[in-house]
Amino acid sequence: MEDLRDEPLLPAPRGPVSSAVQAHLRGTGPLPSEQDVDAAPVYGDDLQLALYLCYELHYRGFAGVAPGLEWDPELLRTRAALERRFLGALRADARRHDTVDDALAGILVEPVDGTGVSHFLRDKGELWHLREYAALRSLYHLKEADPHAWVLPRLRGRAKAAMAAVEFDEYGGGRADRVHARLFADLMTDLGLDTTYGRYLDAARAELLVVVNLMSLFGLHRSLRGALVGHFATVEITSSPGSRRLAEAMRRTGAGPAAEHFYDEHVEADAVHEQVVRHEVIGGLLEDEPYLAQDIAFGVDATVFTEDLLGDALLADWRAGRSGLREPLDQVAQDSTHTS
Amino acid sequence: MPNSPSDAPRRVTVQRKGPLLLEGPVEVELEDGSVVSSDRFRVALCTCRRSRRYPWCDTSHRDRA
Ligand code: FES
Ligand SMILES: [Fe+2]
Ligand SMILES: [Fe+2]
Repeated sequence: MEDLRDEPLLPAPRGPVSSAVQAHLRGTGPLPSEQDVDAAPVYGDDLQLALYLCYELHYRGFAGVAPGLEWDPELLRTRAALERRFLGALRADARRHDTVDDALAGILVEPVDGTGVSHFLRDKGELWHLREYAALRSLYHLKEADPHAWVLPRLRGRAKAAMAAVEFDEYGGGRADRVHARLFADLMTDLGLDTTYGRYLDAARAELLVVVNLMSLFGLHRSLRGALVGHFATVEITSSPGSRRLAEAMRRTGAGPAAEHFYDEHVEADAVHEQVVRHEVIGGLLEDEPYLAQDIAFGVDATVFTEDLLGDALLADWRAGRSGLREPLDQVAQDSTHTS
Repeated sequence: MPNSPSDAPRRVTVQRKGPLLLEGPVEVELEDGSVVSSDRFRVALCTCRRSRRYPWCDTSHRDRA
């Protein structure tokens, strides 16, 4: 019988920790030692890929990995050790605001001459930059809104209703061809990229894994529901102006109609989502659980911190004329072992 | 009596700064007589007139620093 499973392939390991986690997933080796976990740089490739492997079992899994390993107690113990390091570093490194309003104030102001990735792409972005950017972001956008759906059972009343409404919009309002993950796949097609889920994991740098791991961390823990909401608010608040710049970049480079549409849609959608998330989701959650205010602020601060980490690394490479990926894209596209 | 949402008045949210929030879907008739529509569950109508996607808010109302 033909095998209809289409789980992503396991990525190549990036050090002792991710190598051991991968071996455990294949059933061929022991989990990483405590010493290896403690020695790995916290925002580095090895630790972040190991965490990504653990998390991905909760989304689509991997080919050849037993689905039951999602709840394997030994693996969960390792995941917890990785998360302790990740969360500890974020709490130490992210700028911390005491109140939600203070945390949000910084991102509710538009810089007159911003210097972020979307500014770079709008002003100087060439097609190859846009392709690299889309390949990187595909690790999130092909599962757009999924990490945030986990928070729904942990909210109530106004916050829950509003969060579900925004998620419904992210999922295309009941229409498969309007699901935002699908709109992103269409953008990737315009850019000549492979839309297979997980296709660019090997190409994705550590800082991108950090950005996606943050959402999974917040989404999978009820104890971090406040942080998840703060994270989501940050994404929605910063998306609209950023999407406008990216839509301009797509138009200027002639990337294609679907590529423009993904960002055009987000200019308008996220101007609404921002309002709903701030007033209803955050407002409702604070009414129900006022003691979560600091967690919400932390979610905002940690998201800003991790996005800056990614943006700085990417711009450093691009400004030096280098690829921002671990493997150049054309080589990736020709590598048939991944798409078979 | 059962709840009948159709009898309920439609709520519009106003704020000192930022868009007018309406329950979607809505049609907006513009000054030149043309009509644009949005079928989103909630619609943000620009009140600052700075939006480049007028009548929809595109966050251009934000302070710049
Ligand atoms: S009110 Fe938001 S752009 Fe005008
Ligand atoms: Fe979206
Ligand atoms: Fe959104």
